[in-house]
Amino acid sequence: MPGLVFFSSASGNTLRFVTRLEETLADTAEGRCAKVLRIPISPQDPMPDPGGDYVLICPTFADGEGRGAVPKQVIRFLNDPDRRAGLKGVIAGGNRNFGTTYALAGRVISEKCNVPVLYSFELAGTETDIARVRRGLDLFWGMECSTMA
Amino acid sequence: MKDHVVPKTILKAINWNRLQDEKDLEVWNRLTVNFWLPEKVPLSNDVQSWSTLRPEERELTIRVFTGLTLLDTVQSSVGAISMMPDVVTQHEEACLTNIAFMESVHARSYSSIFSTLCSTKEIDDAFRWSEENPHLQAKARIVLEKYKAGEDPLKRKIASVFLESFLFYSGFYLPMYWSSRAKLTNTADLIRLIIRDEAVHGYYIGYKFQRGLEALDEARRQELKDFAFALMFDLYEIEQRYTEELYDGIGLTEDVKAFLHYNANKALQNLGYEALFPPSVCEVNPAILAALSPDSENHDFFSGSGSSYVIGKAVATEDEDWNF
Repeated sequence: MPGLVFFSSASGNTLRFVTRLEETLADTAEGRCAKVLRIPISPQDPMPDPGGDYVLICPTFADGEGRGAVPKQVIRFLNDPDRRAGLKGVIAGGNRNFGTTYALAGRVISEKCNVPVLYSFELAGTETDIARVRRGLDLFWGMECSTMA
Repeated sequence: MKDHVVPKTILKAINWNRLQDEKDLEVWNRLTVNFWLPEKVPLSNDVQSWSTLRPEERELTIRVFTGLTLLDTVQSSVGAISMMPDVVTQHEEACLTNIAFMESVHARSYSSIFSTLCSTKEIDDAFRWSEENPHLQAKARIVLEKYKAGEDPLKRKIASVFLESFLFYSGFYLPMYWSSRAKLTNTADLIRLIIRDEAVHGYYIGYKFQRGLEALDEARRQELKDFAFALMFDLYEIEQRYTEELYDGIGLTEDVKAFLHYNANKALQNLGYEALFPPSVCEVNPAILAALSPDSENHDFFSGSGSSYVIGKAVATEDEDWNF
């Protein structure tokens, strides 16, 4: 299975989502091989190198007008063409209480990078979200592999 | 002769160019950009729609809004201010002043709705009801107890997050319900602005709570977690009764309860805790979810449902470095 790259701010919602997702990945040999990389909070820290295909998991930080939806560090990460080339899909975090900007980061990245929004979840996600994303990633990577073959 | 030396506390001016916690500036920016006043919303466009509601539906709506007014009043005049002596940074204190003021704006905006749609007698009756309703009084009182001086600062934050991220939702349900049936849509727009603010408040206070936990040993952390879940149970019991009393008459109680469970879980997540209610009792009516976040469909590419792969028009972003 190819990799997962995620960003989580100091409030840690996306980190908690990814941590629970990783626990389910540990159930299979293939899952255990999946590389999970974190984009650092501090601009001073080095960016991870996915070194291949990956799905990005990203929270939303939009204001009422939708500005600033994608965290700055994620923009920095995607601004590198080599890293961007490996992006195959995006999963977005958010909160429905923000109305029309719910999980907007996913839509913005999808449009900028021409990849599908695979899923959206609220805050740190629910059990149902984790199960759906886990099953979905298996299928998605299978699909990606077969189209490449 | 020696100078008289009096030890003085140094008074510190707030310096926004020297941050101890980046989250303070991020949240300050979000709070201030999101500033609004009820005058911005054309509530009078709902007058016609209001007249289509049956008398008991109108009474329910006014009661729900006075209940929300009471909670906003508590949060503005006591809650946000009670957390100021506990701040770790001066910037956090500044954010709390904004939160306190916006809670006053929220409380004030319900009166704008009333003056637009209701008679003086209806308004006075509803405010009397809010003073006499035991469940409403009980939930406000429980939270107020936690805000008292001398209480644990982190328990105060737990109570605040529960008020902002949980207790409001038995009330917020109703305008979302009306909106899903194309009624009182301007009022719903105003309520969405309130919901958006409360989401930032719950997120920020929950974040500060988690930072506070970092310095504590395991025993204290466990004590606070036990306190949080016990308080959630107490508030939930009251909310159930409050919900039944309000919504039994129009047959929406079960629908509202699913919404309560869903929001209780989100409130706990704001504090960094796991969900309390299982997914089976959190299945919120999709019409209510759509009313909460209109035009933002639930993306589930995996299940093959929805049209999430249809790429819409590009969204303008304002970051100069977002330039590929």
